[in-house]
Amino acid sequence: MEQNITTSPVPKSTFAPTVSPRQRVRRQNLEALLFLSPWLLGFLIFTAGPLIASVVLSFMSWDVITPAKWVGLANYKHLFHDPLMYTSLGNTLYYAAFSIPLHLVVALALALLLNQKVRAMGFFRTIFYLPSLTAGVATFLLWGNMFEPQAGLLNRFLRLFISNPPGWLIDPAWSKIALVIMSTWAVGATMLIFLAGLQGIPTHLYEAASIDGAKPWAQFVNVTIPMLSPTIFFNTVILTIGSLQVFTQAFVLTHGGPSNSTLFYVYYLFNRAFVYFNMGYASAMAWLLFAIVLVLTLIQMTMSKRWVHYG
Amino acid sequence: MDKNKQRVQKSFIYLLLIGFSVLFIFPFIWMVGTSLTASGMVLDRARPIIPLHPVWHNYVEALTVLPFGIFLKNTLLISVLSVIGQTLSASLVAFAFARLKFPGRDALFVLVLSTMMLPPQVTMIPTFIMFTIPGWIDSLKPLIIPSFFGGGAFFIFLLRQFFLTIPAELEDAARIDGCSSFGIYRHVIMPLSKPALTAVALFSFIGHWNDFLGPLIYTQSMDKKTLALGLNAFKGLHGTEYNLMMAASVAVLIPIIVIFFFSQKYFVEGVVTSGVKG
Repeated sequence: MEQNITTSPVPKSTFAPTVSPRQRVRRQNLEALLFLSPWLLGFLIFTAGPLIASVVLSFMSWDVITPAKWVGLANYKHLFHDPLMYTSLGNTLYYAAFSIPLHLVVALALALLLNQKVRAMGFFRTIFYLPSLTAGVATFLLWGNMFEPQAGLLNRFLRLFISNPPGWLIDPAWSKIALVIMSTWAVGATMLIFLAGLQGIPTHLYEAASIDGAKPWAQFVNVTIPMLSPTIFFNTVILTIGSLQVFTQAFVLTHGGPSNSTLFYVYYLFNRAFVYFNMGYASAMAWLLFAIVLVLTLIQMTMSKRWVHYG
Repeated sequence: MDKNKQRVQKSFIYLLLIGFSVLFIFPFIWMVGTSLTASGMVLDRARPIIPLHPVWHNYVEALTVLPFGIFLKNTLLISVLSVIGQTLSASLVAFAFARLKFPGRDALFVLVLSTMMLPPQVTMIPTFIMFTIPGWIDSLKPLIIPSFFGGGAFFIFLLRQFFLTIPAELEDAARIDGCSSFGIYRHVIMPLSKPALTAVALFSFIGHWNDFLGPLIYTQSMDKKTLALGLNAFKGLHGTEYNLMMAASVAVLIPIIVIFFFSQKYFVEGVVTSGVKG
């Protein structure tokens, strides 16, 4: 505001003829506090408070009914010896390892196609984006129906080529892959971010490259990818955080099965908290998840220094 | 020669675009087709994708086996009130970050952004326990009230980015006319930010419409359930009646699809604002 006043042609005195500068600063701070108060209160009540409570809880044993008991590090010790924790973490990392690269490749491919100055670009963009908005129980059920081994669309199609298509959601070897395929259908938001990134690349870079005789593929590798690297990095981080929290699709479609093959980390946490009411144990699980998210994000940030170019 | 090559290239691009479009749209067609299939035909491997004799009655049956009217009422209540809460509170907070000067502003904004990294599972359990104290479990309150407290880091960020693009001259002029900060928020920034506010409102609405984990944790009785939970309950009760399940699912999706087709440019701009300038 200070700046605004000096750039405006009106002398300062017209603004606050009787208010001293110090009073004005105090007034400004109070105003800012009022504007910020919804977030400040929300942060204290719904983030900071629960965060502290969650740390404390992770050192306790509590089933909601009987009084809580301090158990020190027992939850964490138990956690590191819990085979189901490792199963669920393994499932989650497996899901992430397939879904993140697939999302990136499909989203980038669609964005590149939309960026080719085609007619009806808006129409195609709408179609590609729609499934990401509808993602929820309704479309999960839709995919559950498509994955149905006998009369489902996918196997009806596959039987044209192979005689024994997989059982998808009822086959432990395929259940996670089925959920990866389903999630890739909802790639629209990632695609839009890529598209915006592509449109931000100055065209003169391509002109210069093509004068130097660079073929389309060379242009893609030497212009598009480096210029798009901040966007690729952003999408990778967002997709990593999101895929580690995969839950609803498994809850609705497979109940974590068959044979725990879709028991994801957050699903196991949910069971511990809201089925068995091991509130302390589930809190310890939540902190381990947070630690994993932090470590993965930090690794990505460190690696990004090598390949992300900020123009 | 070169022109021909270009034409071949363009055709190839259109071919790919159309191919992908078919892939992306087909699940919806399959869904509608299944929803109109007669019960005896659903597990038939050779049934036509769109039935020759559509059974419209499936929709009546699907939406009456469970109280979908109540689910709709609950979902609308949560979604509409949350839209109001999130748009209002996120815009106030974003205004402070974009337009006001106060000590520690940048550090505080980093704190806002860092809450996006925090998995909601970490705060979920204590928050749940907290809501048991006033006895709000099995009510819609825990699903609505938090929306009025800041509106979430993502929306604050999105609105701040937009508010920053509004020229300062407009604000100066209003201040000269004796406008207070709230006046500027109300009469200058808000009217000029309709596209961003619409994007926030739409994302908020759809987010709450599709939300599953929240209602799953906080509601128990049938008359408190939302559409998403209702669909899940439907699967539990009539797991193999795919035609009815798809009819109910289509009904739940239609409002979202209608909203999307009437306001898609806001969605696109919203995603772009959040992604590129991030």
